[in-house]
Amino acid sequence: MAVRQRVNALIFLGPASLLLFFFFIAPVVVDLFVAFTDMGRTLKVTEFTTENFERMLTRDRRLSQTLAITFVYVLSTLAVFNVTFGLILALVTTQVPDRIGGFFRAVWLLPRMSPSVIYALLWAWVIDPNERGLLNQILMNTVGVGPIDLMNDRPMLLIVLANGFIGASMGMIIFTSAIRAIPQHLFYAAAADGAGRLAIVWHITLPAIRWPLSFITVYQTLSLLVSFEYIWLITDGGPFYDTTVYALYVYKRAFENGQYAYGAALALVLVAIGIALALLMWRFFDMKRLLQQPRIEVH
Amino acid sequence: MARIELRGIRKQWGAVVAVEDMNLVIEDGEFVAILGPSGCGKSTTLFMLAGIYMPTAGDLLFDGARVNEVEAKDRNVGIVFQSYALYPHMNVKRNIMFPLKFKGVPREEAERLALEAARMVRVEELLERMPAQLSGGQQQRVALARALVKKPQLLLLDEPLSNLDAALRLSMRSEIKRLQRETGITTVLVTHDQIEATTMADRIVVMRTGRIEQIGTAEDLYRRPDSLFVASFIGAPPINLVEGEAADGRLRVGELTLELRGDVAGAVVLGLRPESIALDGAGIPARVVDVEPMGRETLLLLDTPMGPLRVLQGGASVPYREGDQLGLTFAPQDSILFDRETERRLADVHAAPPKA
Ligand SMILES: Nc1ncnc2c1ncn2[C@@H]1O[C@H](COP(=O)(O)OP(=O)(O)OP(=O)(O)O)[C@@H](O)[C@H]1O
Ligand SMILES: [Mg+2]
Repeated sequence: MAVRQRVNALIFLGPASLLLFFFFIAPVVVDLFVAFTDMGRTLKVTEFTTENFERMLTRDRRLSQTLAITFVYVLSTLAVFNVTFGLILALVTTQVPDRIGGFFRAVWLLPRMSPSVIYALLWAWVIDPNERGLLNQILMNTVGVGPIDLMNDRPMLLIVLANGFIGASMGMIIFTSAIRAIPQHLFYAAAADGAGRLAIVWHITLPAIRWPLSFITVYQTLSLLVSFEYIWLITDGGPFYDTTVYALYVYKRAFENGQYAYGAALALVLVAIGIALALLMWRFFDMKRLLQQPRIEVH
Repeated sequence: MARIELRGIRKQWGAVVAVEDMNLVIEDGEFVAILGPSGCGKSTTLFMLAGIYMPTAGDLLFDGARVNEVEAKDRNVGIVFQSYALYPHMNVKRNIMFPLKFKGVPREEAERLALEAARMVRVEELLERMPAQLSGGQQQRVALARALVKKPQLLLLDEPLSNLDAALRLSMRSEIKRLQRETGITTVLVTHDQIEATTMADRIVVMRTGRIEQIGTAEDLYRRPDSLFVASFIGAPPINLVEGEAADGRLRVGELTLELRGDVAGAVVLGLRPESIALDGAGIPARVVDVEPMGRETLLLLDTPMGPLRVLQGGASVPYREGDQLGLTFAPQDSILFDRETERRLADVHAAPPKA
C-alpha cells in the first residue's frame, strides 16, 4: 500500500515537477551561475567574481531610478486598473442586462486577444503627437486643447494606461465569475434589509469575492513586475530612461548591451524581490486559508 | 403593521407570465398563507410584496398608499428565504444586526435589539457562530430573527420550513405562529404544504398557474372548495372524484343512481372526502380491495358500483380484510358537486345515497 502510494505520488506529481524544474528551478540556477561570472557578448566565462553585485550596489546610478519607476508603475497600474478598474467593470457589467454586459466585457477582452504588436501600433496612432492622432483629434474637437504629446510629456501615464487597459480584463473576468457565483438571494436579502446599491457592494459583494480579489492582487503584482512587452513596444523605456522599468532594464543591459553577467545579477534581484513580495502578500491576504478549503459557500 | 392590497397584479418576464390578475386584501395583523403547486407564482408574489420584483401591471398598496415603485430597502419588510440567505461572512450577531445598520440605530441599541430578537427565536447561545456552523433549523431561526429585528410592517416567509426534518418543522410551525401572535405583524407565508398552511394561517390563498384559485379559511377550502383543483389539492388522502350524469333529480354514477338535492342537469363530478364516508352493513354495496394502515388511521380501498373509492377509518386497525363485503353511506351535506365542464363547484347541490 505504501509503495503504491509512493508510485502514485510519482506519477501524479512527476510531470508538474519536471515542468517546475525546467522552467523555474533550472533558469534560476543558470541565472545564479551566470551572475557570478563575467560573461559578455562572446558568452565566454573567464573568471568567477562578485564584481556584478558590487557594480549594482555602488556604481549603477540608473538602478535606484529604475526601482522607483517600477514601484510607481506597478502600484498605479495595479491600484487603478488591474484591481480597481477590473472590479468596477465586473460590478457594472453584472448589473446591466446580460447581453449588454457580455458585449462590454468582450470589448475589454479584445486587446488581450490581438497580437501585442497590433496593440502597440494602435497606441502609437492614438497618441500620435500631431493632429492626426486619435487622442488629439478627440481633445481638439471636444475640449479644444492640444495637440499634446503624451509620449514625451506624460510617459508614465502612457505606459500605465496602455498596460492597464489590457490588465483590467483579467480581473474583470475573474471578478465577474466570482460575483455570478454569489447566491442571488443574498442580494435580495440585503435589499430587503435596507441596503442600497453601494451598501450591497460593500457589505455583500466585496466580502464574497475577497479571495479572488486577493489572488488577482498577488498575481498581477508579480506579473506587472516581470513583464515589459508593451512598454518596450510603445516607448522602448523612453524618453531617455523615464519608463524603463526594472524588467526592461535587465533586458536592455543583458541583451542590448551584451552584459549577460550583469543582466543575470540584476535578474537575480528581481527574482528575490518577486519571491519576497509574494510571501509578504501571501501572509497579508491569508492565502493559506484560501487553499485549504473551498471558499465559496453555497447555502 | 400594515394592510396590504393587491389590485390586478401581473408579473411577466418576456412571454412567461408568472402571476396574472391577482386581487387580494391582507388585513393588518393577519396571517395569510399562499398555497399552490411548484411554479404557480408563489415566490414571485412574495418578491413583489418585498419590492424585489416590480409588478408588470396592477397596483400594490400598503395602508392605502401605492408602493409599486418603492424599492425593497424602503419598504420595511422582513423576509425569510427558503435558502435562509444568511450572510456567510458575518457571524449570527452581525447577521441579525445587519438591518439595523440602515435604520441609523446606534450600536449599543442595535446590540440590545439583536439580543432581544435572538432570544425570541432562541438562538442567543449562538451569537458568535458563523452561519456555516449552524444546523438548518438554527439557520432558519437566525433568518427569522434578522427579519424581525427591525420590527417590519410586513413579514414574508418563503417556504421557511421546507428544509427541516419533520419534528423540527412541527416545533418551528408553532414557534412562528406564536411569534406572529405576539408581535401582531402582518405575515404572508408561502408554502406548498397544505398542513403548514392550514395549521398556521388565518386565511389561505390557493394559487394555480399564476392565478388565485380560491381565498378562504382552512374549513372553506376543505368543505366548500370553489373548484375541482382546490378540492383535489386540499386534503390528504385526496378526495374521491367520480364522474356522473345528472338528470331529473337523479345522479347516475357508474352503475348506481343517487338522489340529487338541488337543481342541476348534465355532466358533473361528485366529490366525497375519504373521511366522510361511513361504513356499515347496509347502504351501497362495496368490496374491500386493499387495507393500508396509516398510523392512527387506516385507509381502505373499496370497489363499489360508483367505481373505486378511498375510505378513511379511525383506529390503527380495522375489522376488515381484503375481499370483505360491506355497505357504505355518506351524509348528503358532505357530498360536493362540480360542473364537469367549468370545473367549478355547484353551490347548494348535494347527492344522497339511494333509499334502501
Ligand atoms: N426571473 C425569472 N425569469 C423568468 N421566469 C421566471 C423568473 N422567476 C420565476 N419565473 C417563472 O415564473 C413562474 C413562477 O415562479 P415562482 O418562483 O413564483 O414559483 P413558485 O410558486 O414559488 O414555485 P416553487 O414552489 O417551486 O418555489 C415559473 O414558471 C417560473 O419559471
Ligand atoms: Mg418558490
